[in-house]
Amino acid sequence: MKSCLIVDDSKVIRMVARKILEELKFETREAADGQQALDSCKESLPDAVLLDWNMPVMSGIEFLRELRALPGGGGPIVVFCTTENDIQHIQEAIEAGANEYIMKPFDSEIIQGKFSQVGLL
Amino acid sequence: MKPEDFQFMSTMLKQRSGLVLNEDKAYLLESRLMPVSRAHNIKGVEELIAEIRKTNNEALIVEVTEAMTTNESFFFRDIKPFDMFKDHVLPHVLEKCAAKKSLRIWCAAASNGQEPYSLAMILKEEAAKLAGWKIEIIGTDISRQVLKKAEQGLYSQFEVQRGLPITLLVKYFDKQDDQWQIKPEIRSMVQYKYYNLLDSLTALGHFDVVFCRNVLIYFDQPTKGKVLEEISKLMPDYGMLFLGGAETVLGVSDKFAPVAGQRGVYALTGK
Repeated sequence: MKSCLIVDDSKVIRMVARKILEELKFETREAADGQQALDSCKESLPDAVLLDWNMPVMSGIEFLRELRALPGGGGPIVVFCTTENDIQHIQEAIEAGANEYIMKPFDSEIIQGKFSQVGLL
Repeated sequence: MKPEDFQFMSTMLKQRSGLVLNEDKAYLLESRLMPVSRAHNIKGVEELIAEIRKTNNEALIVEVTEAMTTNESFFFRDIKPFDMFKDHVLPHVLEKCAAKKSLRIWCAAASNGQEPYSLAMILKEEAAKLAGWKIEIIGTDISRQVLKKAEQGLYSQFEVQRGLPITLLVKYFDKQDDQWQIKPEIRSMVQYKYYNLLDSLTALGHFDVVFCRNVLIYFDQPTKGKVLEEISKLMPDYGMLFLGGAETVLGVSDKFAPVAGQRGVYALTGK
């Protein structure tokens, strides 16, 4: 079973994402900001990260840069999932090492599609 | 819906577009024709059908036929056919066309343009191999409305997230307010034409590769066979045909045979 870390400061979004990912047979864990996500990754690296951009304490993009600098941190497949939907943000995410990018609002079809594109399904 | 109304509509749609509407799909008449009724200030679908039966209004019939044909599509739909195009079919036809250095591709049901633009993006990514080549992608459809959208190449945020890798979105689209528009360099690679597959196809010219995916499923057996035969006449002996995942030539036409190991890809048999 593959694991996915869901990072979003909204409890509701985390719950919706968790439901979708569990249906896709992922083992899930959650973090409410980039720092919590980073701590979780230092404990053990997930196969995938579904990542919000704007969060308190540490943003998604800061987390991504820290993650990629960790030993083995290039491994997890990172899919951004954010309301930021302009080219500049998307480009910044790709340059920081994001594998895919979902613009909110999302549904299970979009998550499933993006996850299979990056080889997670 | 009255049985005679359903009968009238299904006969008309069959003649016009080849679309086979079984009784279990009668609800589609209700759901798709309601907006047409509204647009003409006609009370409901029953009244709309009565109007057509009474006046035989050609413009209205065309509009109704367009509304009934399915136009769902997305970029790189089912992904595998596009991988096969890039990895197998394209090298094969490039070798065969090496002398003339020209390649013509036809998307027989272009819908909103996602399929021809997906192919155009693949070809753009392979540009190094295609220097000096003349590439033509022709997209046809029976709906003028979808062709208009295809020509604009303007898609909602939802549409560009279905099947399209983010790297290609950033590379080949411009953001226009809430929507995304395919860049002129890709848009100019595709020509759109209004065309009914039931008409004679010879005017379209010859094609090295034909995509006719998820069209035949709406036709009955004799129509499927006839369309496949017409398509075969447009292709050189090395030509390749793509059909949808739920479609086959087996038992329908002996003009094409499946290519081993490449699901959904068909080669001419020479029969």
